[in-house]
Amino acid sequence: MTADLLYTSVEEELRASLGALLAARCPSTRVLAMYDGDASLAHELWPAVGIDMGLAGLLIPESYGGAGATAREAGVVLEELGRSLAPLPFLTSSVMAVTALLTAGYSDTLPLIADGSLICALAVPLGSCASPIPRTVTIDGHGLVYGRIDRVAGLEGAGLLIVPATGADGEHVLTGVRAEAAVREQVTSLDMSRPIAGITFDGAPAQVIARGAVAETSVQEALLVGAALLASEQLGIAQWCLDSAVRYLLERRQFGRLIGSYQALKHRAADLFIEVETARAVARYAAATWADASEDRFVASALAQAYCSEVAVHAAQECIQLHGGIGFTWEHPAHLYLKRAKADQVALGTPGDHRATLSGLVDLTM
Amino acid sequence: MLESNDVTADLIAQVSAFLSEHDPATTDRFEFLRARYAAGLAEVHYPAGDGGQGLPREHQKFVNDAFERADAPDNAPGLNVIGLGMAAPTILAFGTPEQRARFLPALWTGEDIWCQLFSEPGAGSDLAGLATRAVRDGDEWIVNGQKVWTSVAHIARWGILLARTDPDLPKHQGLSFFICDMTAPGVEVRPLRQLTGDAEFNEVFFTDARIPDTDRLGAEGSGWAVARATLMNERMAIGGNVPPRESGMIGAVARTWREHPERHQPGLHDRLLQLWVEAEAARLASSRLQQKLAAGQPGPEGSAGKLVFARLAQELSALEVELLGDEGLVYDQWAPSDLHAFDFIIRNPAFRYLRARGNSIEGGTSEVLRNVIAERVLGLPPEERPDTTVAWKDLPK
Ligand SMILES: Cc1cc2nc3c(=O)[nH]c(=O)nc-3n(C[C@H](O)[C@H](O)[C@H](O)COP(=O)(O)OP(=O)(O)OC[C@H]3O[C@@H](n4cnc5c(N)ncnc54)[C@H](O)[C@@H]3O)c2cc1C
Repeated sequence: MTADLLYTSVEEELRASLGALLAARCPSTRVLAMYDGDASLAHELWPAVGIDMGLAGLLIPESYGGAGATAREAGVVLEELGRSLAPLPFLTSSVMAVTALLTAGYSDTLPLIADGSLICALAVPLGSCASPIPRTVTIDGHGLVYGRIDRVAGLEGAGLLIVPATGADGEHVLTGVRAEAAVREQVTSLDMSRPIAGITFDGAPAQVIARGAVAETSVQEALLVGAALLASEQLGIAQWCLDSAVRYLLERRQFGRLIGSYQALKHRAADLFIEVETARAVARYAAATWADASEDRFVASALAQAYCSEVAVHAAQECIQLHGGIGFTWEHPAHLYLKRAKADQVALGTPGDHRATLSGLVDLTM
Repeated sequence: MLESNDVTADLIAQVSAFLSEHDPATTDRFEFLRARYAAGLAEVHYPAGDGGQGLPREHQKFVNDAFERADAPDNAPGLNVIGLGMAAPTILAFGTPEQRARFLPALWTGEDIWCQLFSEPGAGSDLAGLATRAVRDGDEWIVNGQKVWTSVAHIARWGILLARTDPDLPKHQGLSFFICDMTAPGVEVRPLRQLTGDAEFNEVFFTDARIPDTDRLGAEGSGWAVARATLMNERMAIGGNVPPRESGMIGAVARTWREHPERHQPGLHDRLLQLWVEAEAARLASSRLQQKLAAGQPGPEGSAGKLVFARLAQELSALEVELLGDEGLVYDQWAPSDLHAFDFIIRNPAFRYLRARGNSIEGGTSEVLRNVIAERVLGLPPEERPDTTVAWKDLPK
């Protein structure tokens, strides 16, 4: 195996500049405000991150005005977005929707995504796996779509919805529907830093992006690349939780000692460190396999979600426990990470779903 | 500076030239290996003149592959894990040119097996508390004391020995590091049976055993620094190559699963998949660690790999016994076997289950490794240590 699992200097620079921007402009208090209905953070941040830094079109080829980068760089971006919980449509639009469009060979909208004037969302429930592809919408002979999709992420600010639909004869049809043509019903959810909503189409006009096998693989690829790269977001979450916990262990005193001097807690921190470093190798591997179009990318995606999503949740839980009462408060940011980590664990298939996928891929079936 | 590919190509050319002069089919095994050492093709990262060429370690696998393709004998690295993994790097780092020339060739060829004489009945995790005494007598040292759990001492020609040379100093300061002739008078090895039935390790008793001062490694009193280098090398040196997916214990369990469809059951299936995921994740983590080491970014994270390896070996071997049911209870033999193999895949699952219990004890217990990670990687406060400033002789024993 030759995949480079380290960070290149270009990737480190990308991390440093994005990290600095988010540290300054995405304080956890603003993420917290999203739970009280204040969604202004996303609108303020995206022009700086998506447009000025050019990350909206990171994965779009240069010929369409994008940066022509690979899943490796996108993974680094997601690590930083996870670390800061920045509520941006990077995963949903710049990674998943763009992957669907690129796979479908549908390039019309790519320049608009790249220059930041259009945000897209793949209209599937948060919680979808690559197989079977969730399809609850139909398209009729006049190009109108009908149906409802529950709990879709990335709708905030999205102009175009990429909707997997079923054609007259059961055929897969990937359609594009203007966001205004859908009725949206916001959901109060566990993780308000990645809001979800139900959408209903009642005869909304749709353009056909792809049909048949191409339509199917486009959605699959989007979900699989999403799963591979969500692991980097989970790594970022876990890293924040570890750093935060270790900082507190070195600050808080009880019984006349720093709590970080108690071996019961040191050992938990050590175990968490090992998990985070292992998750880093797994997430880097997943990103590298997609960047290189390696044959192993399907295993890598399933492995990434089966492993990294558990690490993020564990890290967030440990972070709260090691903080004691203060970790249980609304004011302390630890709970924001727990909520995102738990939602991420479900977002693109649970660890159990991915283990089931793996069992087929690596010949360990029941 | 040559490009990396040129270095590799040059090494492969050297191997070809070597093979044309030493036909592996007709040359005696050790003669072949001695010549390979002399040609600088033993370990390319060893210095020139000492079996290598001072090149980065990553080139070694191309050399090994080239010899393997020619069906050349190898140095059976599995039989001399302590020699190759611990003694050799320590001798390279601290040995005089004479010591390197004297000990390394036969160590590398496998003619001499080495053991590690560190642990004692009273000093395991707390190695620096050891009591074996070495007292100077002219240009010799007289050694008295006892070591325990010394793997392969019964077949070893040489041992690396940590002994106390000054009990008046605090524990870490009064130690010196020696190379011990296991055949010398006064060195007595008694096999010690372990819970697997085997006697892979031993007790070693020293009664007025004499070690020439020329066999001291590093300065008098600097034994702890030398020993720490040995222990750091323990995890780094072995392999260097990351094994392919489903190597080792996970491979054995996966094979068993595939061969026994009649034993399939949902609970075992999910455990197997969880462990498959963890084993593959751990393999990628060690691959990443190797890349960091090759890129010159080493850290104390090696402890993490050892810890995870031990836990997975234990959980996987336990699963395999359950997976096989009554068949998993079959044990090959309780009488000590004379297989000194560190590759325990060749024994049966019940043996692996038992042997794996040692993985979290040998080479530093998992608890101690967690302390290491917490303190040296995460910077958490060290354990309360009342023992580091007092003269060793005044410590409670
Ligand atoms: C199969 C095998 C092969 C071995 N081969 C060799 C060899 O070749 N050469 C050699 O020198 N030695 C060898 N050893 C010895 C091994 O290194 C020691 O057994 C090990 O370091 C533990 O020391 P101990 O047995 O004295 O246990 P102790 O140190 O007494 O430990 C007892 C328990 O206390 C825990 N503990 C101790 N200190 C701490 C602490 N500070 N914090 C938390 N927990 C702690 C330990 O984790 C353990 O659970 C071998 C051991 C085994 C099992």
